[in-house]
Amino acid sequence: MNTIRQFHDVINDSNGYARRIKKDSGKKILGYFCSYTPEEIIHAAGVHPLRLFGTRSAIAHADAHLQAYSCSLVRGVLEEALAGRLEFLDGAVFPHTCDSIQRLSDIWRLNLKFSFHSDVVLPVKLDTPSARKYMADVLRKFRRELEMGLGQSITDAQLSKSIKTFNTIKRALGKIYMLRSANPGMISGADVYALVKGAMIMDRADAAERLTAVATELENAKAVKGDSKKRIVVSGGLCDHADIYSIIEKSGGAVVWDDLCTGSRYFEGLVSEDGDPIEALADRFTERVVCPAKHSSVSARGDNIVRIAKEHRASGVIFLLLKFCDPHSFDYPYMKEMLDREGVPSMLMEIEQDLPSEGQLSTRFEAFIEMLR
Amino acid sequence: MSEEQVKKDPEKEKMKVKSIKKMKEIMTAYYIDAKTATQNGKKVGWITSGGPVEPLIAMDVIPVYPENHGAMIGASKMGVDLCEKAEDMGYCRDLCSYARSDIAASPVNGGPIGGLPAPDFLVCCNNICGTVLKWYEVQARYYKVPLFIFDTPFCHTEFSSEARQYVRSQIDEYIHFLEGVCGKKFDMDKMKEVGRLSLQGQRLWQDVLDTAMNKPAPMSAFDAFFHLALIVTLRGTQTAVDYYTMLLAEMKDRAAQKIGAVPNERYRLLWDNLPIWFKTKWLSDKFASYGACLVADTYTSAWCGALDYLDENDFLGSMVEGYTRIYLNIGVDEMLKIIKKMIKKYDVDGFVMHSNRSCKPYSLGQYDIMKTLQREMGLPSLMIEADMVDERAWSESQIETRIDAFMEIIKQKKG
Repeated sequence: MNTIRQFHDVINDSNGYARRIKKDSGKKILGYFCSYTPEEIIHAAGVHPLRLFGTRSAIAHADAHLQAYSCSLVRGVLEEALAGRLEFLDGAVFPHTCDSIQRLSDIWRLNLKFSFHSDVVLPVKLDTPSARKYMADVLRKFRRELEMGLGQSITDAQLSKSIKTFNTIKRALGKIYMLRSANPGMISGADVYALVKGAMIMDRADAAERLTAVATELENAKAVKGDSKKRIVVSGGLCDHADIYSIIEKSGGAVVWDDLCTGSRYFEGLVSEDGDPIEALADRFTERVVCPAKHSSVSARGDNIVRIAKEHRASGVIFLLLKFCDPHSFDYPYMKEMLDREGVPSMLMEIEQDLPSEGQLSTRFEAFIEMLR
Repeated sequence: MSEEQVKKDPEKEKMKVKSIKKMKEIMTAYYIDAKTATQNGKKVGWITSGGPVEPLIAMDVIPVYPENHGAMIGASKMGVDLCEKAEDMGYCRDLCSYARSDIAASPVNGGPIGGLPAPDFLVCCNNICGTVLKWYEVQARYYKVPLFIFDTPFCHTEFSSEARQYVRSQIDEYIHFLEGVCGKKFDMDKMKEVGRLSLQGQRLWQDVLDTAMNKPAPMSAFDAFFHLALIVTLRGTQTAVDYYTMLLAEMKDRAAQKIGAVPNERYRLLWDNLPIWFKTKWLSDKFASYGACLVADTYTSAWCGALDYLDENDFLGSMVEGYTRIYLNIGVDEMLKIIKKMIKKYDVDGFVMHSNRSCKPYSLGQYDIMKTLQREMGLPSLMIEADMVDERAWSESQIETRIDAFMEIIKQKKG
């Protein structure tokens, strides 16, 4: 599919793509690191929100600011910025999530001279009325900061329009995921990865249109028959590796769903298109499936992975955890235990920006997938 | 050998801090109380080290600190065994060693005091890190007890009015939570008294630490690591006030007599980050061998760092600021300002940083702090890569070489 090829092109050179956006449209660009970023507000301001992933280059500058026990995402994005490869950015937005991103924000602010910097200090607990109120307050504060920084106002009408655009993206991704779950052979994991990642990099109106087209095309496609691959669910933080999906497929598995920040946690739960747009965003951030750095209940993420495994008839779950990601590592033992209780086997794979060799990965995935029923 | 047979060296005896004995008695009594709480009809609440403990004291709850437990495990060198147990339970080796050792101690009653008394409820304040949230979720699932999260938004550059309102409303929610788990009404008069004692204790603790401004310093950061226990665990009680009154008198007396923590103090250093609990003696001796005294630290001073924000006449209200704007819950540049003040106040010649694998909020940013201090103040820094509890992260020969090199620089600079 030609459209999917375009997503691959965008993600293969996201910096180049961002530079073109800037040159062609004159839009300002704000970088961000996490799915708790209120992209809709940024977009409503006429600014292009660009999700930053690690780096494919060697770390040469970031080591002077971050210890080796920081995750490769944090080190990688700092490397990209310090090396001057993100010169097209007008600033960055740091929603409060984990301890590492929190300190990255300080280090970024002190060492890089982009014109805009905002810490969106979201609540950590999401299960009380006062936290819900604070969530909306913080989003309003961010809107004001953005208005001040840009010297322009963001109207409710613009916000509502942006919410619709992002909902279109999320709805399309949800549909593509559902179609894949029903018929895993119809689209490769690497392609789905490109679509999700591309949706966080591409011009959003463009992304909304293209993703909707992909979803429609898949819907009309004929079912691929008799797929004997084992149904796999992937869980973790972000997975920025197309290869992981390909290797899982070569090892006899098919990823049918995920519990990733660059996956279902990004698109599940639409923002209401009625009423006050900020309140609607606050509702979505409060009610969405949590990242482990947030708290909605003591078993929220365990309940969620069990729900996903059942709904999508998973043969097994692969935990893909970024090395040095504390919040995810703390959740792994109990999530595994809850899956064990449900009779869903799982395996743990720690990853960094640089993956182990394909041979090593295949050996581990094959061993796991072979034992699945 | 009985005591009579040992001939005590009077010089050495003079050097010893006499209050230590009292401290040990108090801590023993405290843990006995905590361990027998159920028999005595008292509730046990686990709370984070930076958490608002005063309302617990006012409710007659025995506060128990898993972090203090972690420190004891580290100091008694039981960390590796428990950390490995946690790893067998599925917790990654890169996770906080306090959390790992405490989580592993629970099912086996491990550690130097045979495990902590089981909690009736948990209070987690995230003003020190995001790790405590995950740690307390683990324990809430294990003990099946209620968890109260006191969420203190991080202050990178400001404490916003939005955050202020949010924390204020959580104080009411906290009290409501305590009334529920304790099954009794909150006593505002008692709270007032506890607040007064808490402030008094914190002022005394600050005064104790300030005695290190004397030359020679009558106490070192290594002493502070030990004497810290009460301002953490029994803040808001008369016991803590009485103890620190006694300790302060002793320190003032030592200062007057020019008894230094390190014999022949020649160099004064500032320590950053948590102690390396299993190596405090070694480190203390190593620096002392150069006549270097770690006169102050950013860690133990955090328990009196909020004095400016706390108000005796409205303690609960002032907790909003006092518990949100603490040392670790602020931006790197804000921390740097505090460090610079300490450098001047204690007149130090160098900065020793523990880059602590277990504590990202404390450690990430240290390189920037180090560079700024070198640039702006010409202050030499040393970074020790280690961990507060997990001895596997300690490489002695490498660290010793770096300390030697660092002390050479200090020597050359100061003469």
